[in-house]
Amino acid sequence: MTIKFFNDPERLWKLFTLMLDGAGVTLSIFFLTLVFSVPLGMLVAQGRMSRRRLVRTPLSFYIYIMRSTPLMLQIMFIYFLLPQVLPFRVDRFWAVIFAFVINYAAYFAEIFRSGIQSIPAGQYEAAKVLGYTGGQTFLHIILPQVVKRVLLPVANEVITLIKDTALASTVAVVDLMTVAKKQVSSSSSIEPYVVAIVLYLVLNGAAEQLCKLAERKMSYYR
Amino acid sequence: MLCATDIHKGFDGLGVLRGIDLNVEKGEVVALIGPSGSGKSTLLRCLNQLETVDSGTIVLDDITLCRTRGGKLTYADPATLRRITLKMGMVFQSYNLFPHMSVMQNLTDAPMRVRRLPRAQATERARELLAKVGLSDKADQYPYQLSGGQQQRVAIARALCMDPEILCFDEPTSALDPELTQEVLGVMRELARERMTMLVVTHEMGFARDVADRVVFMEDGLIVEEGPPEQIFHSDNPRTRQFVGGN
Repeated sequence: MTIKFFNDPERLWKLFTLMLDGAGVTLSIFFLTLVFSVPLGMLVAQGRMSRRRLVRTPLSFYIYIMRSTPLMLQIMFIYFLLPQVLPFRVDRFWAVIFAFVINYAAYFAEIFRSGIQSIPAGQYEAAKVLGYTGGQTFLHIILPQVVKRVLLPVANEVITLIKDTALASTVAVVDLMTVAKKQVSSSSSIEPYVVAIVLYLVLNGAAEQLCKLAERKMSYYR
Repeated sequence: MLCATDIHKGFDGLGVLRGIDLNVEKGEVVALIGPSGSGKSTLLRCLNQLETVDSGTIVLDDITLCRTRGGKLTYADPATLRRITLKMGMVFQSYNLFPHMSVMQNLTDAPMRVRRLPRAQATERARELLAKVGLSDKADQYPYQLSGGQQQRVAIARALCMDPEILCFDEPTSALDPELTQEVLGVMRELARERMTMLVVTHEMGFARDVADRVVFMEDGLIVEEGPPEQIFHSDNPRTRQFVGGN
């Protein structure tokens, strides 16, 4: 293995800053996906439990598609589909965000659904006889308990998402993975991959700490 | 005060309540006894709107919850149903405290959110009631830190915080050992002494005999016999005598 960066501080620094820019894009994909897919997942979960079959069935089908086809294929499909169905130009970055959001919303929906359904009926009954409205019951009685119950599976998804963002490179969004690939091919050295590995580890290390913190915050009751 | 007439309720074609008439007067303690599956809990749940009846009329304090006329059942409008909900308290067999709230929050959340009481007032009332059920020192604990008996006493206090006019109990001591049962029954005795109107589904024959003003014996969705405890516990009806353990 030829060493081209690690023995040249100036070159290494330049590589590092380039890769940090990529990591910035990775983080943007990550946060935007979470911000949109968590609420969307909650809505889908509600719809999936709807009494109306007309709401329930299409949503089941949507979840089935999202969980049963490769995310990479979904990204490429949406990237090539959107320009054909939309009258305006869509930035490749936003096409990728769209793909990530609808994919992760499907996974979150199933996690939230199982969380909501695991709350005992007695909680709803107690709220009802105390005069809580349906909305108050969900917001103040059910949801806080669901949050605690879904914390671990959601943390798993969060960590998977950080790694999945690398799939954005399939449509040449300049994320951490794309930068690393470019640098490896232009320098014929695998050192950029080492830097990428370290950066992914740092990102996920931080994510893991945040999840642990959330878990500790929720541990005041059982 | 509470008047239920000709209540019918079935699940999947199975008649659970087959024509129940029940009256509860203000300040009266009524014990509802009977074998498992006799429909006692279902009756309570119908009165509390946790189940809907198939037919029958329920009136609380001159407000009609539901009415059947000419074979047609109509329920009151949502606002009226809600007014009735607020007049009735309920204590469950499995306590159903909110696990993510401290004891104090369990007691004050509904008064503040549902009745819109100011926090200070809700807290003061909660402290009074905690003292009454003997748990003043548990205000900041969470339900999982309490024994079953303590949780049930908190659940009673939570129901009382809404100042209901009638308090219903659905086998409140069935999940408790004898010692904890006495703890909870003690609180209920105290409430009876204060003339709280109570409708209690129970298997505690001692409680029914000593505390209730009236005992209603149900079986197979029908009322077999009702009357003052002396009558029920020295009944001429062979089925009643068999159930209460004839003495």
